[in-house]
Amino acid sequence: MTDLVIIGGGPAGMSAATAAYECGIRDILILERDENLGGILQQCIHNGFGLHNFGEELTGPEYAWKYEQKVRELGIPFKLNTMVLDITEDKIITATNEEEGIFQIQAKAIVLAMGCRERAKGALNIAGTRPAGIYSAGTAQKYVNMKGYMPGKEVVILGSGDIGLIMARRMTLEGAKVKAVCELMPYSGGLARNIQQCLVDFDIPLLLSHTVVEVHGKERVTGVTIAKVDENRRPIEETKQYISCDTLLLSVGLIPENELSKRAGISLDHITNGAVVDQDRETEVEGIFACGNVLHVHDLVDFVSQEAAIAGKSAAAYIQGTCKKGAAITLKTDGKIRYTVPQKITANKDVNVYFRVADVFRDVRINVYKGEEIIFSKKKAKAAPGEMESIVLKKDLLEGAEELRFALED
Amino acid sequence: MFDVVIIGAGVIGGMIARTLSAYDLKLCIAEKENDVAMGATKANSAIVHAGFDAKPGSLKAKLNVRGSELMPQIAEELGVKYDNNGSLVIGFSEADREIIKALYERGCTNGVKGLKIVEKDELKKLEPNLSENVLCALYAPTGAITCPYELTIAAIGNAMDNGAQLELNFEVKEICEKDGYYEVRSDKKVLQTKYIINAAGLYSDKIAAMVGDTSFTVHPRRGEYILLDKECGNLVSHTIFRTPSKMGKGILVTPTVDGNLLTGPTSVDIKDKEDTSTTAVGFDNIIRQAKENVPDIPYNKTITSFCGLRAVGSTGDFIMNAPKPGFINAAGIESPGLSSAPAIAEYAAELLKEQGAVLLPKESYHPIREAQHAFREAGIEEKNEMIKKDKSFGKIVCRCEAITEGEILRAIRTNPGARDLDGVKRRTRAQMGRCQGGFCSPQIVELLSKELGIPYEAVTKSGEGSYINIGKTKEV
Amino acid sequence: MKREMTCIGCPMGCALEIELAADGRVLEVKGNTCKRGAKYAETECTDPQRTITTTLRCEDGRMVAVKTDTTIPKDEMFEAMKMIGGTVVKLPVMIGDVLVKDVFGSNVVATQNRS
Repeated sequence: MTDLVIIGGGPAGMSAATAAYECGIRDILILERDENLGGILQQCIHNGFGLHNFGEELTGPEYAWKYEQKVRELGIPFKLNTMVLDITEDKIITATNEEEGIFQIQAKAIVLAMGCRERAKGALNIAGTRPAGIYSAGTAQKYVNMKGYMPGKEVVILGSGDIGLIMARRMTLEGAKVKAVCELMPYSGGLARNIQQCLVDFDIPLLLSHTVVEVHGKERVTGVTIAKVDENRRPIEETKQYISCDTLLLSVGLIPENELSKRAGISLDHITNGAVVDQDRETEVEGIFACGNVLHVHDLVDFVSQEAAIAGKSAAAYIQGTCKKGAAITLKTDGKIRYTVPQKITANKDVNVYFRVADVFRDVRINVYKGEEIIFSKKKAKAAPGEMESIVLKKDLLEGAEELRFALED
Repeated sequence: MFDVVIIGAGVIGGMIARTLSAYDLKLCIAEKENDVAMGATKANSAIVHAGFDAKPGSLKAKLNVRGSELMPQIAEELGVKYDNNGSLVIGFSEADREIIKALYERGCTNGVKGLKIVEKDELKKLEPNLSENVLCALYAPTGAITCPYELTIAAIGNAMDNGAQLELNFEVKEICEKDGYYEVRSDKKVLQTKYIINAAGLYSDKIAAMVGDTSFTVHPRRGEYILLDKECGNLVSHTIFRTPSKMGKGILVTPTVDGNLLTGPTSVDIKDKEDTSTTAVGFDNIIRQAKENVPDIPYNKTITSFCGLRAVGSTGDFIMNAPKPGFINAAGIESPGLSSAPAIAEYAAELLKEQGAVLLPKESYHPIREAQHAFREAGIEEKNEMIKKDKSFGKIVCRCEAITEGEILRAIRTNPGARDLDGVKRRTRAQMGRCQGGFCSPQIVELLSKELGIPYEAVTKSGEGSYINIGKTKEV
Repeated sequence: MKREMTCIGCPMGCALEIELAADGRVLEVKGNTCKRGAKYAETECTDPQRTITTTLRCEDGRMVAVKTDTTIPKDEMFEAMKMIGGTVVKLPVMIGDVLVKDVFGSNVVATQNRS
């Protein structure tokens, strides 16, 4: 029996582990599938991490090292190269590695911190051939930054997510020619600063409302046909144009990896693709918590660490039997606000609620309704899907509520 | 000097090779691609048809029924997944009912067992997710599903274990008739052989023409598919066909032996035998027609789409004959080619005998091949035994499908060994899950590079020209 | 003269509006929400600077992530990549180790440990 098992040794897992340790839990085990702690941060060699939590701009590996040092200093045990195969509702974890083979651990509490994966090309139904030379941006990042190999030299990128933008700059610096970044939506999904420093700096065109309609090349990509799309995101025939290239990178969204969560019987939010949680980041299976990109996709690792600290503390309270929960208040959204995390509140305390909007909105108010009554209102000059928003709901506002409705209004 | 050279390492060439490897013959399989199962075999519906489609008396009818009878045992021997899930041809109108009745009659004539026409109530019990508009269906309990490339890899692997030789990247450019034997030539190599079996799929007309047989042609018919996540694999349990038309059996909806949901194929005659591109029109057609059958197919759970080319012969039936002494055609093998493959192999052996070949059973012949998915399906204790012996079975490389390094190494080391990323994929399912190789492909490239003793950047996706990296950073 | 740009000082990405004098001096910066924004606007208009993050090859063939420890002139990014690209890093290497000195006045330091 282990008090707390943390699945994933990335920024979320390490932060949850140290937070739980600081709350007095000693019997902790982190299970990490990679050969290092740090998760995907190890390949995110660009800077821009840590401004919120450390007050300085760090690269991904440096940010990860800050937490890894803490894990090592506190002597929190971790197993590397260890893949979790199964989790049950009773918190039995089955994992495998080369030394121990397949083994099981009974945990008192579990923190899920498995992160997310990239949406793959197959999911997009792009017509044409299926040659070599098509990579998700993160895969190309692994080839370039970790393995030290160049996937190609003439690149078109579909999707303007941050990893795609970062890879546009990275490949350019390593000598590739990035010919265009096509974004299906009329706005970019990436951070404004990345459009500046990764595209504008290198004169790489960002083509909004454009998509790749066909891939060419038999053995290796030889080009793509792109087209402008109409308001229903259907390609406009007359706008088709051919761009020769040997590489197509995709940065078309991230999906929380919740296959294990499903096996444990945890119910998922079909918008976030992550677990339904309360303010403690506890899922609907008691004693199983979730945090970081496995819960919902974050823009900034700093917020991942903060959220994971909540999960770690809550798991500690659960193990220590000090966690009290009341009746659940359900948080609903109006569609313009797509989701909230948490999706419900079960304790009478101040709660930081995170959410994303469905489109680009200007000069709007975020209103929170209890019945017909607006209990919270905040003005927002601009809200965009690419940027996670948050508000703090004070505990006195929550009293007597059964349901709160989040709305974006003029 | 070989006794037999089989041209083409698809499911037909593979099954023939395996059948002939039971005899005392010196065998070679010549394949133009970098792997086996690279043509029509790689991308089709994976159905073992019951046998009610083909015209009574045709070779198709005879060999389909026989082939589907043989299939379970062959799958068992070769450790290939096979699921006797049964099939349904569903009808929406009285006109459809007439076709279904005709299929029933035809099936009975062809000797298909257990056929039955079921009405809506019973049908909805069998398949609750079918459209409300469905009227009746032909139920064929002997219909089944398998995995065509797995079957082919296993058949050729088994043939190789029994002494057959495999020549990859061997594109036949010329066949010369010599005194009592043939020379089969590629750009680089010459194979001398007493007999040739032409199982070259789409190119079997070209191969036949090399010995002067121009009695038939083969043209490609495009079939596009959309494959969905395993989460959707239970939407239907039977293979769901529409009533057939001249162009084929329409868009089907079926579970796969790996638990995914497969929808397709489109059916468009084209000219280019290499054009396996998918089309936007094709996707729209698949989605529209599949949803007519099963309305709730969640296409947002699509994992991948692909396209295969069926080798449609000009005669309307399978072409199995000996146009020249010692030269045997197994050509024009369109649907139900996979289902018929075991029977086609038997028949090819018969034709070979007629041509004077002596088929002496080989004492050392061993028909069993260990299943490629043996590790995956073992219990924990059994797995731990294997990990103790070889710790690489403890290390997961493909996280989506939970495929270990040991399984990947085995796929590279076992006949016919994987030579590229796609080869590893077809043998192990690594890269075939939700992330489609996003996480694991750089690692698999490394394993291939080490095992094959080639530089990292020389590893390909699928043979020559399909390079994955152009070279080292800072050096290109 | 007016110039518009996105501040890259932090993930906020403030949209800056800059009023420039005829000689290129920055007269006024609007749209920034912190001091860093004003400073960024100033240097971006007069002497644009960037940090480079890249990798170097270690003696055993593995890669190690590195960065310039201060910014370098934006126009010299490709030149800097050329200057450091051929470096072979001796192992072990710890975060903060200086691997190449004086690249346009900046040092290239490791941002990853390799043992």
